[in-house]
Formats: sequence, C-alpha cells, structure tokens
Amino acid sequence: MKPRMLTCQELIEFLAAYVEGELSAEERARFDLHLSVCPHCVDYVHGYRESIRLGKAAFADVEEAPEELVDAILAARNRS
Amino acid sequence: MNRVDRRSEAGAPDEQEWVERLRAGDEAAYAALVRMHAGRLLAVARRMLRTEEDARDALQEAFLQAFRGIDRFEGGARLSTWLHRILVNACLMRLRTRSRRPEGAIDELLPAFYEDGHRIDPGPPWRSEGADLVEQRELATLVRGAIDRLPEIYRNVLLLRDIEGLDTEETARLLDVKGDTVKVRLHRARQALRALLAPHFTGETP
Repeated sequence: MKPRMLTCQELIEFLAAYVEGELSAEERARFDLHLSVCPHCVDYVHGYRESIRLGKAAFADVEEAPEELVDAILAARNRS
Repeated sequence: MNRVDRRSEAGAPDEQEWVERLRAGDEAAYAALVRMHAGRLLAVARRMLRTEEDARDALQEAFLQAFRGIDRFEGGARLSTWLHRILVNACLMRLRTRSRRPEGAIDELLPAFYEDGHRIDPGPPWRSEGADLVEQRELATLVRGAIDRLPEIYRNVLLLRDIEGLDTEETARLLDVKGDTVKVRLHRARQALRALLAPHFTGETP
C-alpha cells in the first residue's frame, strides 16, 4: 500500500530529526516526497537550516581576553 | 565531541604532564592554562550571559573552580572540554539566579496549521542573498539580538546545542532535564529564531 503523504504540520514536527539525519530511510523518503510537491515546506526547511547556520556564524569570532582580566584571574587564584 | 574539542591545541604541552604540574601547584602552568583558554572561554561566557560583568565574573569563577578541582579531573576528557563544562555550569548557575522570561512568549513565533495540517500563512520565501545585503558585523548583531529575544529555557538549549556544539545528552545533564525535552526545546527555539530572522530575509519590513 502506498504510504500516506505527510502533512506540512507533520513535516515540520519532524524537521529537527530530518536535519540531524536521525530519520530512517523510509521516513526520509516520505519527507523528501512531501518536499518535492510543497514549495512552502522547501522554503521553511531552507530558512530553518539558514537560521542554524546564521546562529553559528554570529558567534564564530573568538576574542582575546583582556590582559587585566587574565591578571585578575591569576590574582584571585593566589588569594584563594 | 564539542566545538572546543575540535579546535587545535597544537603546540600545547603534553596534557598529562600539564595536569600533573597543575596538581603540584605549579603557578607557571596555571598562568599558561589561563592564557591559553581565557579568550575562548570568555567568548562562551559572553554568549551565554547578558552583561560583560557577568561574563567576566563567571570566567573567573570557572578558573578558580578548575584550580580547586584539578584533582577531580579525569584523563578521559581533554582539559579544554573540562574547562568548557565548568564554565558552562558557572554561566547556568548565574542564569538561574536571574529572572526568567515567560515560556509562553515563544508560541507566537511557531508556525500555525489548519486542521488538515496545511500551514496558515506560510509568508514570503526566504532569500538567503539578504545576508549579502548586510555587513557581516551588522548581521551578527542582528542574529545575536534575535537569539537574545528567545525565552531563557529555549535560548540556553540553542546556545548549548547549536552554538557550543554539545550533544543532546550533555545538554540535558547540564540543564537537568530529559533528552527529549532538549530536543523539543531546540526545535522550538530554531523555529522561533527562524521567525525572528525571516523578516530580514524575505523582503518584508522588519
């Protein structure tokens, strides 16, 4: 029997498992089948992935700790 | 493996030897440890806490805890991972003492559906080229601001899982919740972040 098409709601409910690669091959196939006919969900998945990527990128910079802070940390250790 | 693990520590002294020097109270080893990790850990604290003062205090506290607890360090983890965990805990402790935002505030940012499962008002399509229209620094500020608007319990999960790169199990342990709760909150947080960023990437007026 042909599996029932996922609804948009079901697709979005399982989206995290989809992007994490946690779906079974069969579940993934049903997911992809829905995406092949639903541009709104294609867009939703794209924006979801982009939001994750933008979040990581927004915090990618590593800054040096100010010297006075390093000194304060070392001084605190000596006092302890 | 988390983000801290993946960063190279090439050129660092042999870790076991370093731990032994720390256990012996070697001041130079402690100073080197602080200098090597302070920048990266301060960045973590700044991500998690809302003020610079809090971030600096948490960092100082974390190093003191590490110094006092070096005897409890087990060789199974790397020093960088161990320090990261101590710092994240110190930040979470601080967040717990601050007032929380109401959890319900996220619902309006989640997609709504008709009874047949179709989405109500999918909105205009996401255009990634929107990112090119904004200076990178400005974009980073925009995204950080959006993450800051998330209610605390969602923001924490998003930061630990997507930004700090911790796995579900470790995040659940740190937040003292179940793994499934982490998964649900992460998904809701990502959806809310998407909704907050969408106006900037769909040509709508933010």
